[in-house]
Amino acid sequence: MVPPPEPRITINDLTMAYGSFVIQRDLTFSIQPGEIFIIMGGSGCGKSTLLRHLIGLLSPAKGEVLYDGENFWTAAPEDRERMKRRFGVLYQSGALWSSMTLAENVALPLGEYTGLSPGEIRDVVSLKLALVGLAGFEDFYPSEISGGMRKRAGLARAMALDPDMLFFDEPSAGLDPLSSRRLDDLILELRDSLGATVVVVTHELASIFTIGDKSVFLDAETKTILAVGPPKTLRDTSPEPKIRAFLRRGDADATTAV
Amino acid sequence: MSTVDRTAPARGEVRCERRADDTLLLRLVGNWRIYATAPVVTEVYQQLDASPAVRRLAFEAQELTGWDSRLLTFLRQVMEASTHRQIVVDQHGLPEGVRRLLALAAAVPELEGARRGAPRPSWLASIGTEVLASWKGAWEMVDFIGEAVLACLRCVVGAARFRRVDLVLFVQECGAQALGIVTLISFLIGLILAIMGAVQLRQFGAQIYVADLVGLGMTREMGAVMTGVIMAGRTGAAFAAQLGTMQVNEEIDALTTMGIPPMEFLVLPRMLALMVMMPLLCVYADLVGMGAGLLIGTGLLDMSLVEYVNETRKAVHLVDCGLGLFKSVVFGALVALAGCVRGMQCGRSAAAVGAAATSAVVTGIVWIIASDGLFAVLTERLGL
Repeated sequence: MVPPPEPRITINDLTMAYGSFVIQRDLTFSIQPGEIFIIMGGSGCGKSTLLRHLIGLLSPAKGEVLYDGENFWTAAPEDRERMKRRFGVLYQSGALWSSMTLAENVALPLGEYTGLSPGEIRDVVSLKLALVGLAGFEDFYPSEISGGMRKRAGLARAMALDPDMLFFDEPSAGLDPLSSRRLDDLILELRDSLGATVVVVTHELASIFTIGDKSVFLDAETKTILAVGPPKTLRDTSPEPKIRAFLRRGDADATTAV
Repeated sequence: MSTVDRTAPARGEVRCERRADDTLLLRLVGNWRIYATAPVVTEVYQQLDASPAVRRLAFEAQELTGWDSRLLTFLRQVMEASTHRQIVVDQHGLPEGVRRLLALAAAVPELEGARRGAPRPSWLASIGTEVLASWKGAWEMVDFIGEAVLACLRCVVGAARFRRVDLVLFVQECGAQALGIVTLISFLIGLILAIMGAVQLRQFGAQIYVADLVGLGMTREMGAVMTGVIMAGRTGAAFAAQLGTMQVNEEIDALTTMGIPPMEFLVLPRMLALMVMMPLLCVYADLVGMGAGLLIGTGLLDMSLVEYVNETRKAVHLVDCGLGLFKSVVFGALVALAGCVRGMQCGRSAAAVGAAATSAVVTGIVWIIASDGLFAVLTERLGL
């Protein structure tokens, strides 16, 4: 396989720390355009912290984060704003603004960053809500819908500006198997039709194998990456028993693939 | 996405072409993105309505250079209009990604009855709803007060369930930590009373009565009222915001399902703390206020320290102090009630928490002033 020349996201020698407490160190990997990239690892290994570094919420203690070869943290503030506008983020519990209706939630970034008229914004909003299966729920408040619907509404908001990078923090947590499956399909569909690059933090095995092109496994004990590669390959051929155990629900020595 | 064509315009365009058969071909050209300009859909509607009647709608996207939601919303409107006019839509000419997203958007049909119509109620109806809502609000308030009293009774017999450490924490929060602001405000109030009195009384050579004015003013009224107002703004708002946020996070639901009554666990320690600390703060405020009066009396009015203190002792009786203290206990209960009731009634959004805090302060201050008026009438009747 010939690697494409320019990765969309590059992580170089990244160390993440809260004060003097190091979460993960020496992380280096890259994410190609159009790839669905999985960040996995046990609870408390720093998956969500890594995601927060990828979306510019936390600054690295050491190392760099590059988008299309452009260093995020050394860029001027206005360049940083421009880069951030290419991100769509789905937070763990949706993080919808509770005092706004779903339509207002999706419309806010459109109103802030595009020159669309109110009528056009309304059309885009109803399209986005229809895409996530929430047609007709425009005037509902986040507190009036179920957790799964909140998550999908959060996705509609993340997609509002047609970002070319989508970040998902535990998308299937708290969803029933069918909704979780539908969300996976939606992620695949968005990648295929919009060509978006997708980064997913998850430990849902079904999801990892269904959607993941490539993955990185973070380890809480050694505080660094144990392996990078396609999840199925890691499951079947990784020399690291910890990864095999994780990807096989603890059965590290099973000879056949699940 | 289709290939980039250098001759294509930077903005999105649609070119309508009638084919020999009754087909309308929409040629999508250029950059159909949200940040670029794009045609309005009404132009296409005119073509759809043109005679001879259109039976079939087809697309051609060879010269499309880029697309995003802009194109999708346009196509959705065109397709809806076509379906409405019984025109067959042939999506073959569209890029594959567009077709898939359109299919996805149509995959989950709108839930029947989910959409909310917004019929504007008549003004009579809205007045009616307002009245009913305030009536309901008043009932809820009475209900809450009743429950709070019952919780207090359970507390007296020692059966109330709350964490003692919470009580200590609230005592600190609404006692010791409020000292600074209470000092500042009561000192200034004492100062204002003294100066205002001095200006008037000096005209009659009766400066000595400044001591009476400040002493009685602070102990009977200002000490209790000002501490009450401070606590309404400081602690009442905090109570409402705390309970409101707990309501938003479903923490109160969690208490209820564990069989722990929120009234005892959350409201009671807050009320107790405020009712215990308010009289102490009130005594302190009285003293600070009279101290400020003393400063003015000795500094500005040439009274001696002994003169001022003696005059104050002559004017202020135990019953005046007792009245102020009693009021402050009542004000403390009212402020705590207002804060807690608004917090517990809080809705489940960030704005609702803000509204609860605002409403707690307003309710608290209104109750303080109204009950103070009631006290004024009562003490006059009783001759206290």
